[in-house]
Amino acid sequence: MNASSPSILRALSPADTEDESQSRALLAEVDASCRWPVMLLFSFSLVWLLIGTVFALVASWKMHAPDFLGGISWLTFGRVRPAHLNAMVYGFASQAGVGVTLWLMCRLCRTPLICGWMAALAGVFWNLGVAIGIAGILAGHSTGMEWLEFPPYATPILFAAFALIAIWGIITFRYRREPHLYISQFYLLGALLWFPWLYSMTQVLLVMDPVRGVVQAAVNWWFAHNVLGLWLTPIGLAAIYYFIPKVIGRPVHSYYLSLLGFWSLALFYNWNGMHHLVGGPLPAWLITVSIVASVMMTIPVLTVGLNHHLTMWGNFHRLKDSPVLRFMVFGGMSYTVASLHGVLLALRSVSEVTHFTHSTIAHAHIGMYAFFAMVMFGSIYYIVPRLIQVEWPSARLIRLHFWAAALGILLYVVPLAFGGVMQGLAMNNPDVPFLDPVKHSVVTLTLPYLKTRSLSGILLGIGHLAFAVSFIWILIRWMNAGRRPKTSTADPSV
Amino acid sequence: MKYGPLIFFGIFLTLAASWCGLVLMPQIQIGRQGAVRIEETGEFYPAARSGVAQQGFEIYRANGCIYCHSQQVRMEGFGADILRNWGQRRTVARDYLNDKPVMLGTMRTGPDLANIGVRQTSAEWHATHLYNPRIPSKGSIMPPFPFLFEKRKIGSHPSADALKLSGEFAPEPGYEIVPKPEGKALVQYLLSLKANTPLPEAK
Repeated sequence: MNASSPSILRALSPADTEDESQSRALLAEVDASCRWPVMLLFSFSLVWLLIGTVFALVASWKMHAPDFLGGISWLTFGRVRPAHLNAMVYGFASQAGVGVTLWLMCRLCRTPLICGWMAALAGVFWNLGVAIGIAGILAGHSTGMEWLEFPPYATPILFAAFALIAIWGIITFRYRREPHLYISQFYLLGALLWFPWLYSMTQVLLVMDPVRGVVQAAVNWWFAHNVLGLWLTPIGLAAIYYFIPKVIGRPVHSYYLSLLGFWSLALFYNWNGMHHLVGGPLPAWLITVSIVASVMMTIPVLTVGLNHHLTMWGNFHRLKDSPVLRFMVFGGMSYTVASLHGVLLALRSVSEVTHFTHSTIAHAHIGMYAFFAMVMFGSIYYIVPRLIQVEWPSARLIRLHFWAAALGILLYVVPLAFGGVMQGLAMNNPDVPFLDPVKHSVVTLTLPYLKTRSLSGILLGIGHLAFAVSFIWILIRWMNAGRRPKTSTADPSV
Repeated sequence: MKYGPLIFFGIFLTLAASWCGLVLMPQIQIGRQGAVRIEETGEFYPAARSGVAQQGFEIYRANGCIYCHSQQVRMEGFGADILRNWGQRRTVARDYLNDKPVMLGTMRTGPDLANIGVRQTSAEWHATHLYNPRIPSKGSIMPPFPFLFEKRKIGSHPSADALKLSGEFAPEPGYEIVPKPEGKALVQYLLSLKANTPLPEAK
């Protein structure tokens, strides 16, 4: 079962069915049609990644040095923290995700992006919406609802931009030339259809005409958990399902398993949100339903994990020479870890300890960073050279990025998840004072973990800088290449 | 080709199901709850907030207090909320009817505030604590909020609401630190946080 011999396996893998030269010409056409919109989305997502990193470092530092930048209202902890979350979720993650979605959709449908400029326009609006939203949060106009902090004057722009992109993705799907449906397309379609619905519904029920009392909390967490579950997770999984087989040159292990994984995710994930309210003033049945659904998540997670693992089986040595594969496999494994950790945290007995602690924050970062961000990094490293026909200038920078990100996120989540448990155990023991400047107390015991977190943030920041240098460098090369005669880009050796 | 509509239908149905379950059902069950008359006092609970306290609520929202402070007391035997004196009873849905948005919170870097107005009744303590939390509570990691205060030249006699500061925190002689309207409003909001009215459903 090696990559070179059986052609029947290649026939099942994405985009390798036609005659070689014909299919290469089609791929070139597809890539050219995506070039401007996707490069625009990736470039801006990188800008937000850097901005979000600065917010993260400031917020993290304030947790153990509270007077740091304490006098400036728009940099107070309670504004910088949501600014960080929103810059990362809507500026970086969603935008990189949209770029990957558009490109993957076109590639898998073997259809060039129709009217690419419309998608690019949507990208511009998206960034406008995020920028206005972040400025609004810093100015104190946050809505005060987690994951939905963007003030009401920013969200319609975001929604319009998103609707445009979703329509574009679905139109591309409608005009697909490839009759075979690849599993990534299921996930991408899901993401494109679920998110606008979630977002518009939540805006109506929480901002325009708010429901009363704690029902808001239910809507809030229905949305917030689904941003990860029904928007970012499907895109991340679609990317892993595409890139691992692509890089190692063999098809997904089992089509049946991948379908089971998709439909069980669609069934269970969106019922999970209420586990963020365990112990809260809501009907007990509501929270129980979410706990049950959270436990059921083991089915899609183990299915997908097993499928990826069996696809990779016998090819782990390829991790040495393929940076894309390294990011993908790290992301894929983190998805399994994040989800199983999530199942654990959802249980009532565990949640009693960890619910109001830093463990939750650690968990969110396993999902958002160790899984999703890593998959996006890998995807960008794969896609960009194909879009602009320029190679990455430095393998060393990519290596630095990977190791800084991988070690950084491990240093982030492992101590903080553990520290959160310690914090929770102390909090549930009334003999431990909440705050005491000298004695053992709930607040003081968390300080070493919070300081470690700042350290890990610096490491992650170094990785992001390496990424940024690579990206700017390749853009400069692209511009220089553009000045030379056109024939050089059509060189078949590229 | 044939799978297209099936996928669309499945995608629609799955989210519609959870929407019915997690959004529509709680709305039907508790979405129309209203205030109740408390028999002992004859007053309605929860009573509307005063205008100043409502302004303070907006300051609380704008400055993201929710990211470190929850406003919910878990029931006896589940965590140590009641043993820590964060409330006499658990909080229930009715306690939150006047909150837009509801600020239940998911994090306790600082203590729960559902009953902070019962635990800490001094406006002066709150003002000083907001100006710099480390004045009244050493070792705190709460951020300071000096921008809710202003430094003023002392007129003929010091203002009644000027903070009593000493040592490193005191302004230069001849000046005083007084809360701005935002600061005063936030203090009033914190003082108004009391979820201790006995309710039948919270027993």
